[in-house]
Amino acid sequence: MAALTTTSAATPPTPRRRSGSARRREAGAGWLFTAPALALVLLFIALPVLMALWVSITDWRGRGSPFEPGVPVVGLDNYRDLLAGGGLPTQDLGTALRNNLWYVLLVVPTQTVVALLLATAVNDKLLRGRGFFRTAFYFPSVTSSVAITVVFLFLFSASGAVNQVLSWLGINGPNWFADPDGVLHLLLGVVGVDSAPAVLADHGLLGVSWWEWLAGPSVAMSALVLLAIFTTSGTFMLLFLAALQNIAGEVSEAATMDGANAWQKFVFVTVPMLRPTLFTVLTLGLVGTWQVFDQIYTGTQGGPAKTTITPAYLSYTASFTNGQWGQGAAIAFILFAIIIVLTLVQRAVLRER
Amino acid sequence: MGTTTTAERPATAAPAPEPTRRPGRRFRWTTATSYTVLSVLALVYVLPFLVQLANSFKTDAEAAADPLDLVPVPPTLNAYAQLFQGLPFGLAATNSVVVALSVTAGRVFFSCLAGYALARLRFRGASLVMAVFLAVIAVPPVVLLIPKFLVLNQLGIYNSYAGLIIPLMADAAGVFIMRNFFTSIPTSVEEAAKLDGAGAFRTFWSVVLPMARPAVITITILSFQASWNELSHFIVASNSPDLITLTKLVAQLASGGQGQATQYPLKLAAALLMTIPVAVLFFVFQKKIMSTAEGAVKE
Repeated sequence: MAALTTTSAATPPTPRRRSGSARRREAGAGWLFTAPALALVLLFIALPVLMALWVSITDWRGRGSPFEPGVPVVGLDNYRDLLAGGGLPTQDLGTALRNNLWYVLLVVPTQTVVALLLATAVNDKLLRGRGFFRTAFYFPSVTSSVAITVVFLFLFSASGAVNQVLSWLGINGPNWFADPDGVLHLLLGVVGVDSAPAVLADHGLLGVSWWEWLAGPSVAMSALVLLAIFTTSGTFMLLFLAALQNIAGEVSEAATMDGANAWQKFVFVTVPMLRPTLFTVLTLGLVGTWQVFDQIYTGTQGGPAKTTITPAYLSYTASFTNGQWGQGAAIAFILFAIIIVLTLVQRAVLRER
Repeated sequence: MGTTTTAERPATAAPAPEPTRRPGRRFRWTTATSYTVLSVLALVYVLPFLVQLANSFKTDAEAAADPLDLVPVPPTLNAYAQLFQGLPFGLAATNSVVVALSVTAGRVFFSCLAGYALARLRFRGASLVMAVFLAVIAVPPVVLLIPKFLVLNQLGIYNSYAGLIIPLMADAAGVFIMRNFFTSIPTSVEEAAKLDGAGAFRTFWSVVLPMARPAVITITILSFQASWNELSHFIVASNSPDLITLTKLVAQLASGGQGQATQYPLKLAAALLMTIPVAVLFFVFQKKIMSTAEGAVKE
């Protein structure tokens, strides 16, 4: 905006009529220049959202156009079926939310901490081979999610590299992507708790019992958690690295003079100064992990035993596989709402203090 | 720490060599630890790609028997040959190139135009346009999966190159990157061009754009990488085998959709080949990518 005023102020005195037409020409150019980008964004982002909002209150089955007069309008039925129906749609959504929640809870904090530690390490001016380390940590972020998922399917296959390494340590690795057991259930099994206490088994949310909510990510989902941390930590490392390089050396030196050791300096000086970046990384992490789709489509297709279905994948299968477009669109909007609410909550929590 | 330990010692001990030797030894020890930890981590990050490379040159049986053996003896090109014989790998690669290049060209051009207009040109409604771009940035792409299909269907471009390419050209983030860049460079050169009677487009094309090279390179890399690696849009935009792209083909291979059960060397080879263009781009522009704060943020 400031630049605009400067431009006009610097315009040399010209006859009034010409300046008027020049201004009109400038306005025309302004609209002409923004028109293509604006049209694309309206046509392929804004309009689709409105159309899907319409479809989510219909029972369109994918034939013809959803805007034809014959398409049954069902109001909020799709949302009610999903959130309060108690049938299969509710149960599937509940399972998908459970799966994705564990995924988010494990991926977001871990990728943030790993990225921060990697950034701190490769920011060290005395470190030799900084370029090599930065490249090594960032490279997975460049590759496509499809390609890297294929590699992980191989690494975590029954006789794969991961299990081979585990066998050197005397551990009999699981058949990762085929194992639906919840990690927390497995841990409880170790201490002798094999079945659900009645309180947890008899009550639940969204058609899923509390015992199942507390199952933890399945072994298959855990492999996808590792995959996510592996591919995103490099991206976030770069964001932290850029921020670290902006922290003036004097601040750190002053802290050293005051007698702070490396760890105290990191916790009390560096981390507080990284607050804005931390906010960005957590937001991007949260928004990204709630949208996990490519890895599921490529790797597990929701299996084993539905332990890797996510709301995004469920929305896709409801529409494209089962032809229930109204329901699929409603799931997309529920996911949209979750992402918005969580982003706002996170903003409130992090901004307040 | 050093001072405290010395203070506790009896004063009779020779003080001179103590303080110099101790921190020195500790320093080397921590350095060795941090190098070891970092090297192990780097190995964890690099090893999957080495395993991928090695196993793509093995037979199915060898890959299953010893996946960690990094030197296949003798290496076989079976997997690669299969990709081009029984499978539409060539077609998918061609489609991916066409789509990624078109999307990138469109995104860069339109983002530059709009970014320049929003930074420099005065027109009524500019702030409204800004608000629209800002609002759509907040829409999570996965939510658009089904909606996009509805629009493509309605416009009659489902199962066409136009349907694969045009929707991906919508890029509000690119507009903001360019707008911020144009706001940050001085206006004097453009004013000189204006005085010489150059029109808005002439000024933009031959004066402003050449100055914007760093930002243009940034959004070019981001656009190419994003469209090359795109999967979900291609899934909802077409189901015709003629319009298959690399991401779609490799995803189908992985899930056995092309009749492949556990042929890991084949899948790894396909994934490896599709990584090459973005990897080359990365290594060519490494310095640039590593110094851009925006980075390529992947979900």
